[in-house]
Amino acid sequence: MKLDGKIPAGDLSEKWTKYRGTMNLVAPNNKRRIDVIVVGSGLAGASAAATLGELGYNVKCFTFHDSPRRAHSIAAQGGINAAKNYQNDGDSVFRLFYDTIKGGDYRSREANVHRLAEASRNIIDQAVAQGVPFAREYGGLLANRSFGGVQVSRTFYARGQTGQQLLIGAYQSLSRQISLGNVEMYNRHEMLDVVVVDGKARGIITRNLVTGEIERHAAHAVVLGTGGYGNVFYLSTNAMNSNVTAAWRATKRGALMANPCFTQIHPTCIPVSGEYQSKLTLMSESLRNDGRVWVPAKKEDVLAIREGRLKPTEIAEEDRDYYLERRYPAFGNLVPRDVASRAAKVACDEGHGVNATGLAVYLDFDDAIMRYGKSEAHSKGLYNASAADIRALGEQVVEAKYGNLFEMYEKITGENPYKTPMMIFPAVHYTMGGLWVDYNLETNIPGLFAVGEANFSDHGANRLGASALMQGLADGYFVLPYTIGQFLSGEIRTPKIDDQLPEFEAAEKAVKERLAQFMNIKGKQSVESFHRRLGKIMWEYCGMSRSAEGLNKARKMIQDLRAEFYADAFVPGDLNEYNPELEKAARVADFLELGELMVVDALDRNESCGGHFREEYQTPEGEALRNDKDYTYVSAWEWTDTSTDPVLHKEELKFENVELKTRSYK
Amino acid sequence: MKLNLKVWRQKGAETGGKFETYTVEANEHMSFLEMLDVLNEQLIAEQKEPVSFEHDCREGICGTCSMVINGHPHGPMKGTTTCQLHMRHFNDGETITIEPFRANAFPVIKDLVVDRSAFDRIIQAGGYISVNTGQAQDGNSIPIEKELASEAFDAATCIGCGACVAACPNASAMLFTSAKISHLNMLPQGEVEAAQRVLNMVDQMDAEGFGACSNVTACEAECPKDISVKNIARVNREYFAATLASERVSKK
Repeated sequence: MKLDGKIPAGDLSEKWTKYRGTMNLVAPNNKRRIDVIVVGSGLAGASAAATLGELGYNVKCFTFHDSPRRAHSIAAQGGINAAKNYQNDGDSVFRLFYDTIKGGDYRSREANVHRLAEASRNIIDQAVAQGVPFAREYGGLLANRSFGGVQVSRTFYARGQTGQQLLIGAYQSLSRQISLGNVEMYNRHEMLDVVVVDGKARGIITRNLVTGEIERHAAHAVVLGTGGYGNVFYLSTNAMNSNVTAAWRATKRGALMANPCFTQIHPTCIPVSGEYQSKLTLMSESLRNDGRVWVPAKKEDVLAIREGRLKPTEIAEEDRDYYLERRYPAFGNLVPRDVASRAAKVACDEGHGVNATGLAVYLDFDDAIMRYGKSEAHSKGLYNASAADIRALGEQVVEAKYGNLFEMYEKITGENPYKTPMMIFPAVHYTMGGLWVDYNLETNIPGLFAVGEANFSDHGANRLGASALMQGLADGYFVLPYTIGQFLSGEIRTPKIDDQLPEFEAAEKAVKERLAQFMNIKGKQSVESFHRRLGKIMWEYCGMSRSAEGLNKARKMIQDLRAEFYADAFVPGDLNEYNPELEKAARVADFLELGELMVVDALDRNESCGGHFREEYQTPEGEALRNDKDYTYVSAWEWTDTSTDPVLHKEELKFENVELKTRSYK
Repeated sequence: MKLNLKVWRQKGAETGGKFETYTVEANEHMSFLEMLDVLNEQLIAEQKEPVSFEHDCREGICGTCSMVINGHPHGPMKGTTTCQLHMRHFNDGETITIEPFRANAFPVIKDLVVDRSAFDRIIQAGGYISVNTGQAQDGNSIPIEKELASEAFDAATCIGCGACVAACPNASAMLFTSAKISHLNMLPQGEVEAAQRVLNMVDQMDAEGFGACSNVTACEAECPKDISVKNIARVNREYFAATLASERVSKK
């Protein structure tokens, strides 16, 4: 298969403008006759469905949640990047483009990333117009802060709930289109297959999660905005129900899965506390604006802390190792996520981890509290304020900035982070890999599109903070609504797609048989227990660091676990009722296949780049060692039949505007 | 810690339900939902049907949890969703009663799962600003006073869980509805449609079968996001003003 990214010719900065000006359009009278299915109602799905509805297409939008407002985009905390240069600190579209390419360790497409940087500015305008209550300065203008991997302040935010506010904005736009009759909303419906007719995606098969009914939905095109697959690790910051099923079912129908091994491990999450743990909670990257990461330099202090004989606040300044500031002086605590996570792992591997499990480091706000306190005291004319008064004032400032995060931390751990440093550890957070798409966001199956985290296109091997919201909304509001016209303009003579076609019949039958198969295993072990075991394998061998030996072992373990699942899983309840265990079984079955593909992909990539760290390929200082000569390509995997080996298709990445360099944050 | 659970079990919307009693071994670091996970794993091991409950983000922001714990929606902790409630706040040997959010407008689907689509329809009635993609002007061309933006934000933090309805003796949705109206009507972007918004959303709230607000304010006390009843006062005022304007009358 020859992969064509369909990147328009011309100068990088003009590609998108020129392409947009010359692409095929669908006239309003024809849009009314064209049906589009959007699966997923997060930032990408909801914004796409709303915008397509505004344009006049007949849209059907599907979510497995009880309401589109519950999508996991809602949990994004820190912010959204945009090249507005409101701070006059030297930001520009090119700089955002460059930071994203570099942050992604030179494994993403130049043209896509540049388009993303261009659209970033429109997103902020759109969100403000929708009434998204972004943080503001006293003059009434929009406020910004910094995120990792950049040296400008371009992140817009709404306290620690930016994802919530942006999603509600998109949800409200979607609700308006629902009320106008342009979008038909299907809540509590899970997509279980894509229907391909004559090589084109023409519909989906869904299960009504309340009644269990299997339904057919036909359309001229299908858009997947179904998020990432971080839950393959079981423990992650993803919501419990986030899953890969929609994307994986598309893969089984021939869509290619690109760079599946590129997963993002977020450095600042609340550490695991026990076996019963169901998910991990993120502490926003924005905290690294003010928090300093450290571990005790002396082993005896580490021991004393683990045994509860010493408190972190009792350790003298000179006995603390602020390892990020030491190793990466240029970026300090704001190095990109992959770098910060690996550095935490190194500190813990060397025996400096601070909680009972040895898997935690400190994130300390004491300096920030005192610094802000002094400034506040000064601005209030309190020149002789005591240390305690300064601290109290500083705590107020920190509370205004991060209050909800501190409160969340205290609820979960029972410790007060204003008084004692937070304990944090890396956790799976985001997946850069996803369905392969061309410049039009179309997969290799004509008429099947993927937007947001579900596609692979913009973040390379590592995503920068505050860029997921940007990409989801860019795709949904400002890219897909144009590019889908390239496909749909060829469909204006296609009558309504008939859901009685044999392809629909066959897909429905396959879905029913598959669900019945889960019910009929009648084994002894819960689906959850298989998921937990899969997660442990993935974390151990395909997590923060990977080796050929471990990956080969993991592949066999996953295959065995999959066989055991089909022999001994137990799914209670019935097919035709509300049955969360059945939903889970179908999702875990897909994770059991995806996990193997991730391992295969990680094995193929004999280099370290971004979130993919192969132990065999590192510099003497322990930094990632990329191999541009042999691996400057996108790995797009074809795997419709798990009894055979996945087939690799390569899309070479061409860098014409940036020079490939060793990524350095020193 | 050992706990006795009295859990509401109901097969479907049409059938009645009843409390079942279970014993579960938990530990104090677990979240409430992780404790229920333990119960469900226990039931599955006995080849019994687990308790259906809705949950998703488990970090207090998606608004999916929908249970009443010992008489309180989301349990006894102030400003806390069920998923953020930890077992360290319960005692060894305690009996905990767990039931779904109860309201006519929130029919039970199964066990602790309820249908809250009425909330979506209230938003569809006017909980938005009518701006199509691409029509926006530069974000900084509308300066908004910091305090005002912050107040709008406070209203906008509503997670749409429905605890306010479950807490209210009248099962009124006034806190939810007023939070959205306040968020949008307070901002300059939302002003154009303000009067129509308040009329349409309040009408839809009534049409869904929620009760009337009689200022009990249990909603504010139980709201996991501390949404203020000031929003209700604001909406009452705006509703009254909107009905006074000529030609703008409630559809009722």
